[in-house]
Amino acid sequence: MTQIQLTINEKSQTLTVPPTKRLLDVLREDLALTGTKEGCGEGECGACAVLLDSGQGPELVNSCLIPALQANNTAITTIEGLAVTQSAEASDDPLIPNTYSLTTALHPIQKCFLEKGGAQCGICTPGMILATHHLLDNYPNPTMAQIQEGLAGNLCRCTGYMRIFESVQQAAKLHTQNS
Amino acid sequence: MAQHMSILGASPIRKEGRAKVLGAAKYIDDLSLPGMWHGVTVRSSIARGRIRSITFDPSIDWSQYTIVRAADIPGENTIVHLTKDHPCLAAEAINHPFEPILLLAHPDKAALLAAVAAIHIDYDELPGVFTIEESEAAVTSGSTEKIIWPGSDAGGTANCFKQYLMYTGDAEETEAGLAAAFAQADFIVEGEYSTGAQEQLYIEPNGVIAECFRDTDGNIESVCVRGSMQCPYYLVHALTLVFNLPQEKCRVIQVETGGAFGGKEDFPSVIGSHAALLAMKSGHPVKIIYDRAEDMAATTKRHPSRIRHRTAVSKDGKLLAGEIEVAIDGGAYATLSPVVLSRATIHAPGPYKWPHLRVRAKAMATNVPPHGAFRGFGAPQSLFGLERHMDKIAHTIGLTPEELRRRNFLATGDKTATGQPLIEHVDMQHLLTRGLAESNYHAKLARFAEENKTSPIKRGVGFATFMHGTGFTGSGERRLDSLVHLDITPQGRPNILVSSTEFGQGTNTILCQVAAETLQLPYEDILIERPDTSIVPNSGPTVASRTAMIVGKLVERASLQILDTLRKSEGLPTPHTREDFITAAHCYHLKHGALRASVRYEPPAPIFWDDEKYRGDAYPGYAWAVYVAEVAVDTRTYMATCTRFDALQEVGRVMHPVLAKGQIEGGVAQGIGYALYEKCVWQNGRMMNNQMTNYIMPTSADLPDIHVHFEEVPSIHGPGGAKGIGELPMDGPAPAILNAIENALGIAFNTIPLLPEDIFERLTSINGGTEDLDSTIDLDTQTEVPA
Repeated sequence: MTQIQLTINEKSQTLTVPPTKRLLDVLREDLALTGTKEGCGEGECGACAVLLDSGQGPELVNSCLIPALQANNTAITTIEGLAVTQSAEASDDPLIPNTYSLTTALHPIQKCFLEKGGAQCGICTPGMILATHHLLDNYPNPTMAQIQEGLAGNLCRCTGYMRIFESVQQAAKLHTQNS
Repeated sequence: MAQHMSILGASPIRKEGRAKVLGAAKYIDDLSLPGMWHGVTVRSSIARGRIRSITFDPSIDWSQYTIVRAADIPGENTIVHLTKDHPCLAAEAINHPFEPILLLAHPDKAALLAAVAAIHIDYDELPGVFTIEESEAAVTSGSTEKIIWPGSDAGGTANCFKQYLMYTGDAEETEAGLAAAFAQADFIVEGEYSTGAQEQLYIEPNGVIAECFRDTDGNIESVCVRGSMQCPYYLVHALTLVFNLPQEKCRVIQVETGGAFGGKEDFPSVIGSHAALLAMKSGHPVKIIYDRAEDMAATTKRHPSRIRHRTAVSKDGKLLAGEIEVAIDGGAYATLSPVVLSRATIHAPGPYKWPHLRVRAKAMATNVPPHGAFRGFGAPQSLFGLERHMDKIAHTIGLTPEELRRRNFLATGDKTATGQPLIEHVDMQHLLTRGLAESNYHAKLARFAEENKTSPIKRGVGFATFMHGTGFTGSGERRLDSLVHLDITPQGRPNILVSSTEFGQGTNTILCQVAAETLQLPYEDILIERPDTSIVPNSGPTVASRTAMIVGKLVERASLQILDTLRKSEGLPTPHTREDFITAAHCYHLKHGALRASVRYEPPAPIFWDDEKYRGDAYPGYAWAVYVAEVAVDTRTYMATCTRFDALQEVGRVMHPVLAKGQIEGGVAQGIGYALYEKCVWQNGRMMNNQMTNYIMPTSADLPDIHVHFEEVPSIHGPGGAKGIGELPMDGPAPAILNAIENALGIAFNTIPLLPEDIFERLTSINGGTEDLDSTIDLDTQTEVPA
């Protein structure tokens, strides 16, 4: 077991974990941040993508490929870190929160994915939104080729990507208007 | 009084969308129960044989594990679909690679891998059959050694799960008509077309959590399974047999489901039963989540197929008669193959008039994991064959692909091959005109022909015209007998109770739109219950493009019933405001208690299907489409790319334009993958490329612009005029793309998937069988051009 220091969604965390435990499992099991998903476990699908900053600015990484020790002293943003506040209404079944009535201020990218149909089954959505975040950090006004390239590491089986491209373009527009 | 704005045809926010974009939606692997253990499946390493012995390596302390084998099953050792041939766990006979033999559970997931490796299973191996051809050969050779399916009592015939013989009319008359037509035809065109297996590749693998409850005497009282799935009541049915429990003691809850595409239609019955058995024996809730490699190797895929056409055609391009042979590879057990085959059979004639037609179809047994449901459900296979064949006929008789189709399209008032009169408006002529115009087809045809003369990149355009039946085939909807409840809470909020599930396609949203529209209430007021079989009635499985049209109609009828009740009982005015409705609901509750409308499926009056003769109204409605593909084939890399796609369809009224576009685009993307990327590599029944690394689905960088066009003609059957939409987009892309490739290269490819190595092989063999990498081939002269 190794002690590691992480900043997760702007909150400092000290954890004792096996050094080779996947960052994905650290997030999901040790920190109960289940918004980060596992699709393939081999770095192909991007469902587990998070933003990881080891001092040179955030990088988009597949958390299934990062051993815990490698994440030591880094700052990580997961899907849970994008929206401003988050609270779910209680539901009868503690296992299944009534997720339809969440009262949360969405990040503009989340808002665009919601309004433009960028999320269908939703399993790739957290990774896709973080990939979009990273893309817009690098290219505030991305071309279609930059969008296609920037999201190529995140597989979506539902949408055929067209609604996702529209979501990204809309988010870029909002981004430009606000800055 | 405020005019109610129509919500059908608008694009309100997806009901569960906020939770999804926030990462707050809970999928099965995000959930945990107190004291929960983890389960894993021990699978066969051979394709066919008998288990001789199972030994447990003593280096493992097995007392820490729960081990379930076939003998532990309290009820029947079967996963019931249409028959009971599919064992829950193999007791002795092995019929395919990765067949489940044992189940293990342990509190620590990490302890399972080593345990699986420490179980040694010895087999007496038997020879297997792995393709349609090998399965047929075993029958024709008369040797019993490779008869892997007995037929007769089990259903079907030797090595064949199911056969259909479909005629356009009386069998004898049609046979006579066929004989005469083939004797007189100006042209007889024959062709063979084949399609490969396709993995659904939902991004969330299969997973469940099961619990088992016992009474004070220790008897099994009930089981409960939560999981990622399409059809909760299918799993209920499976559990009643495995546990020998009544239906009400088998509770199934669908949780947020990360994609399905048919891959979570029949398969959750397997993994759900397995987890419940482990829960029973361990006394703990048990979670099983497949990893990607296991999900790809061991679960269902689209049936591979071989389609043969023999067609009699007149010189003016009239289809005079046709003989179609459809064969699909069902895998080791029957599962859903008979119904997949049924849809393949009925879609085989396409949107054309056939004076005399015979379709023979069969589902063959092989020693590969059972193939199952995947979006399109047999139709993509037979429509690939048909639409490639139509282009072949056109080229043979010297008509354009467009003109040949125009001379044979079905139209309003015509009868389909099953004898179904097309009562509703059908205008394929107009759809084709519009589809070709939207895609600028004619201009491209001319331009590419010119440019291809000098370019090493050959471009082409092609199209497919087709239809897809909505709802269960034949008498299926009648048998399903779907039931929907609509509750009105004391606060006046409608709550829809259905077992129809959301897995990305928009069930929650469109059903709420239907209720909102009919009840004239804001969309935001409508609730939809999570599919939990202890609460929701059986509204049928969420498959077959049936939810919008069939279940949507039931929601519409239930809403009308509620309005009627409140008008009669509480004097709800017409029209009413939201406040009127809330007041009326409140008063009703005070006086009478709970307010619920329950509505059952009623077949539309003129709909009739004869199972015996395989004739009649095959589907309540059809969606009609023209899909146009533009391709570029690089003759230096042998890579074919789809460079633009236009999808025009008539799907009745479009209920939610954003969701509908998303459905079509997603289906087209899967269809492009089916045609050009997604190849299952098989070796002795095992999928060898069971990883996302080497089974390639399209990424955002691989897809062209997909342009979606709707022709809106309201249907009489669905709510607000809607028809089914989900599967249609899977049918058209593959034939359209291969037609476009033929247009580009002048070479006909009739097998999908079509990968660069396949194109390489054909192009180089045309050129004499050798490949000089330093030169390119001039396709017009078939000579090599030095680089």
